[in-house]
Amino acid sequence: MNAPPHLPSRSPYDPMLVVEDLRVSFPRRGGGRTEAVRGVSFTLGRERLGIVGESGSGKSQTGRAILGLTAPEGRVSARRLMFNGVDLMHCTPRERRLLRGGRIAMVLQDPKYSLNPVMTIGDQIVETLRAHTRMSFSEARTRAMAALESVQIDDPKRVYTLYPHEVSGGMGQRAMIAMMLIANPDLLIADEPTSALDVTVQLQVLAVLDALVVERGMGLIFISHDLRLVSTFCDRILVMYAGQVVEEVSAGRLADAKHPYTRGLLNCVPKLGASVHPLPTLDRLPEWAL
Amino acid sequence: MSTGGRGDVRLLRASNALGRFLVVILLTYLGLLAVTFFIGRVIPIDPVLAIVGDRAPEHVIARVREELGLNKPLWEQFYIYVSKVLQGDFGRSVLTSNPVMQDIRRTFPATLELATLGIIIGAGIGVPLGVWAAVRRGRLVDQIIRIVGLVGYSVPIFWLGLMALVVFYARLGWVGGPGRIDVVYEYTLVPVTGLLLLDTARAGEWEAFANALSHLILPASLLGYFALAYISRMTRSFMLNELAQEYVVAARAKGLSESRIIWRHALRNAMVPLVTVIALSYAGLLEGSVLTETVFSWPGLGLYITNSLQNADMNAVLGGTIIVGSIFIGLNLLSDLLYTLLDPRTRTR
Repeated sequence: MNAPPHLPSRSPYDPMLVVEDLRVSFPRRGGGRTEAVRGVSFTLGRERLGIVGESGSGKSQTGRAILGLTAPEGRVSARRLMFNGVDLMHCTPRERRLLRGGRIAMVLQDPKYSLNPVMTIGDQIVETLRAHTRMSFSEARTRAMAALESVQIDDPKRVYTLYPHEVSGGMGQRAMIAMMLIANPDLLIADEPTSALDVTVQLQVLAVLDALVVERGMGLIFISHDLRLVSTFCDRILVMYAGQVVEEVSAGRLADAKHPYTRGLLNCVPKLGASVHPLPTLDRLPEWAL
Repeated sequence: MSTGGRGDVRLLRASNALGRFLVVILLTYLGLLAVTFFIGRVIPIDPVLAIVGDRAPEHVIARVREELGLNKPLWEQFYIYVSKVLQGDFGRSVLTSNPVMQDIRRTFPATLELATLGIIIGAGIGVPLGVWAAVRRGRLVDQIIRIVGLVGYSVPIFWLGLMALVVFYARLGWVGGPGRIDVVYEYTLVPVTGLLLLDTARAGEWEAFANALSHLILPASLLGYFALAYISRMTRSFMLNELAQEYVVAARAKGLSESRIIWRHALRNAMVPLVTVIALSYAGLLEGSVLTETVFSWPGLGLYITNSLQNADMNAVLGGTIIVGSIFIGLNLLSDLLYTLLDPRTRTR
């Protein structure tokens, strides 16, 4: 693929991200450990990968482990965790930090909580840029304005000076996207980026995200519990259950999914005109979690 | 909408806020005066007996009662009291036979100097310690800071003060002893502000300045230590709360350095409630800590009020109480003001 010429050259590594046998566990109260992620493996090129699953299925912890943001009491292990040829498992904390925001970025769920309430939106965007590039403040400011414009914010000058509580959820999330993409990362992990937003705003934000990912040729990991959303937005879908990948399907062939859990999820998607009584429920067979 | 119109609206809002602010202060003061006055009148201490003694003949008691205006109805007494207080007249102290205001002008700067240095030490060390403890939660550093704080809470201040005097003054001779300054300097100095550090510095008397500082540093450190115990504890808990917020995860995802996340992001948010904690600690120190002032023979407000109380010197007690109350009102307002400066969410645009 050819990257747009104005962007820093993309690394030739393909696939960009290799995850093999990723495991994340946390100490349990009263001894023992809870395994949140149990042997997840996948590879990712410059494509849009969706990870779906219910709460506690380990999808968010998978994303955070790739970024190196697992809580300090958690333990991460992997046979291989490579990003652009860099072995993430053997990076120093400083190398990990420089990758974050610079090469791998993350958009979090709710801008109400994920933006710092006492800093202006502009300062928070500039901060990302200055953490990764040597740049004068005024230059960073210009870039931040451009970034706000790129997420369809009409008057960046005004929004730049606003505090997070002064903007709507949709605008906050677009500012968040601007903040995370300003340093031109290769990979974006979007952890439920639209779940906290109104349905009408969801589509706007997704459109912004989609346009930027395609335009810059980024890889995207889209974490969600919304199967319908993921299937329209992504190229490929991993279905997670109890810390494991139970099925991998391409988005177009979701209807052919074989695993009973995926089928159960699909069954729960309401269809227009179909009877919804009784509401379908999910079976959870103990052998799936083995 | 023109900018002019918006400016007018903003001005109107600001003056509204100011008006409400003044009404609140006024009501608070009236309440404070009423409470101090009625407490002063209902307690079973007879101010007349305190002046004339219990062997005075009947007619002397009656005359003094009349002189003090105690034969008038209570509401009239309150009216007279309030109008005098408004003129800065708290009456005369029985104990020192000076006007109470003059006594307060003498004792309050001593306390102000001590408390200010104390809170600078307490907040200046307590906040970083609390941050450090929060960042290293559960580790050795956290435990050590916890113990340091616990000692500050639980060891009686007079004992610690005496021990500090024994070690640093008597044994090591590093600091000055009790009192605010050596007698040598005491009468060469013209008090302007009453704050010895300021007065000596203004006069360019650096030897006296160093001497005053050497007297001040030990009791101020002690008060600072007690403030530190509380401030570091609160800082730790506010910081733990902030560090668990999503915006900290976002800041990490941006690739910011840990120190920037701690100091610029988390502490900046923790400062919002912390300002109130520090302001109230400061008010507590300004109230005058009697034990410290006693141990260090510090002629401050706490000692003055306590002495007056023990001698049924009600004018002095009421005057002192009003000063202390004013300090609390003032610092509360100040912390409210800082609160709006620190937290944009409380600002009305």
